Amino acid sequence: MTLATATKLTVKIGNTTVLHNVDFSIEQGEILTVVGPNGSGKTTLLRALIGALRPASGKIWHKPGLNIGYVPQRLNINATLPITVNRFLSLPRKRKADDIAKALDNAGVSTLADHQMSQLSGGQFQRVLLARALLEQPQLLILDEPTTGLDQPGSAAMYQQIEQIRSNYNCAVLMVSHELHVVMSASDRVICLNGHVCCHGTPAVVASAPEYRALFGSGTQGALALYRHDHDHNHDHNHTEAAE
Amino acid sequence: MLDDFIVRATLAGLGIALATAPLGCFIVWRRMAYFGDATAHAAILGVALALAFSISIFATVLIVCVIMGSMVSKLSGTTFTVDTLLGVLAHGSLAFGLVAIAVLGSPQLDPMNYLVGDILSVSKDNLKVIWAGVAIVIGLVVWRWSALLTATLNQDLAFASRINPAQEQLILTLCMAIVVAVSIKIVGALLITAMLIIPAAAARPLSRTPEIMALIAVLIGIVSVFAGLRASYVYNTPTGPSIVCATVIAFVVANVVGSLRNAG
Repeated sequence: MTLATATKLTVKIGNTTVLHNVDFSIEQGEILTVVGPNGSGKTTLLRALIGALRPASGKIWHKPGLNIGYVPQRLNINATLPITVNRFLSLPRKRKADDIAKALDNAGVSTLADHQMSQLSGGQFQRVLLARALLEQPQLLILDEPTTGLDQPGSAAMYQQIEQIRSNYNCAVLMVSHELHVVMSASDRVICLNGHVCCHGTPAVVASAPEYRALFGSGTQGALALYRHDHDHNHDHNHTEAAE
Repeated sequence: MLDDFIVRATLAGLGIALATAPLGCFIVWRRMAYFGDATAHAAILGVALALAFSISIFATVLIVCVIMGSMVSKLSGTTFTVDTLLGVLAHGSLAFGLVAIAVLGSPQLDPMNYLVGDILSVSKDNLKVIWAGVAIVIGLVVWRWSALLTATLNQDLAFASRINPAQEQLILTLCMAIVVAVSIKIVGALLITAMLIIPAAAARPLSRTPEIMALIAVLIGIVSVFAGLRASYVYNTPTGPSIVCATVIAFVVANVVGSLRNAG
């Protein structure tokens, strides 16, 4: 069953066309990941999908009555706004204490209910946002780079949690990710975006698509492109440290 | 009882404290501390226009303030951030207001009256207008509380919950315009902006949730009105500034108590 689609979607921010003629759909129960370089319109696509941005042309369709849980990439809570995790989760609708406890548990942060939002670590904060999305009883869970600011074990744990949630809630997951090596193991389908849809399909199909390799690596095989990406990253990292 | 000017001044101050404290919390949370200044200064421009063309001060101030607030919402996040825009508009509207007063020639208008006001001159009719405005503002804030709070936390979270942040922003703008329009003649721009920001800031170290912060801000506002009026009566000090002084003392005390509590 199809939960949401975009048809010939074009989105402009100011005078810049960020997305051009994008077609895509998401099906019940699948994990669909959007990859693409910085500025390729990944976040814009998610924001258009939840209605935060109006399309310049084209259409967004939601299954009637679709419940969306949305986890934004980064949320700064002004420290002048005192708010406990509990209160935050009851916004804008009041939630039952049982439901809050269950959502926190599913997001892996069951002990944080009475903490102040402004005192959470990056990883804790991200999981509280996840718990808030789960309270919507989502059929579609949308996550914008859920592992921003997490270290490698942290992000691995986060992706495991997301898969667990998919089976607990029987929901579809649409996420944006930078971590190509994880995307390949954790997704059912991948969309490679660069202002338009470059290529899409199962991870294996995308990894071997020439458009994908043009964006992410010059290796002869997709798998190599992924490997090279990872390798380059570590190399640069060490190199910078040595230089300092 | 209402024949006593001190009683009337107290009731006017209490009304304004009730409306400004929760509004002020939103202004502090949204980092829009200059919003009060900008609105209040725009009101001076409104007063000048109203006197020059002999139209209702209340209506003119309300309209000018709504226009100003809408401009801030429309322009913010484009080339300039909110604080820059508010700085431009706050000082700009004050300057234009003062120029307008000089050019349009309103000899009976002393801008100083609209900066510090004269709370001791409140009439029974003034009181009716103030409390009607206060009732509308409190009604709006209570009715939209959850939506306002969600939109303040994050616009995208609001959209995902089918709340339109632009609409909530408009409600805040309207509330500000009403508060300023009903009270500028009586308490002045200085007292209005002070009553917006300072009780909210004083309540912050004592609060764990937004609701508690708004309630404590209301309490601090009320106590400051009583204390300021009393001090003004006993020591013969200017009334509006005395009330502001009381809120500032509350701010200092609250911060000391807050840090002692954190340490202990």
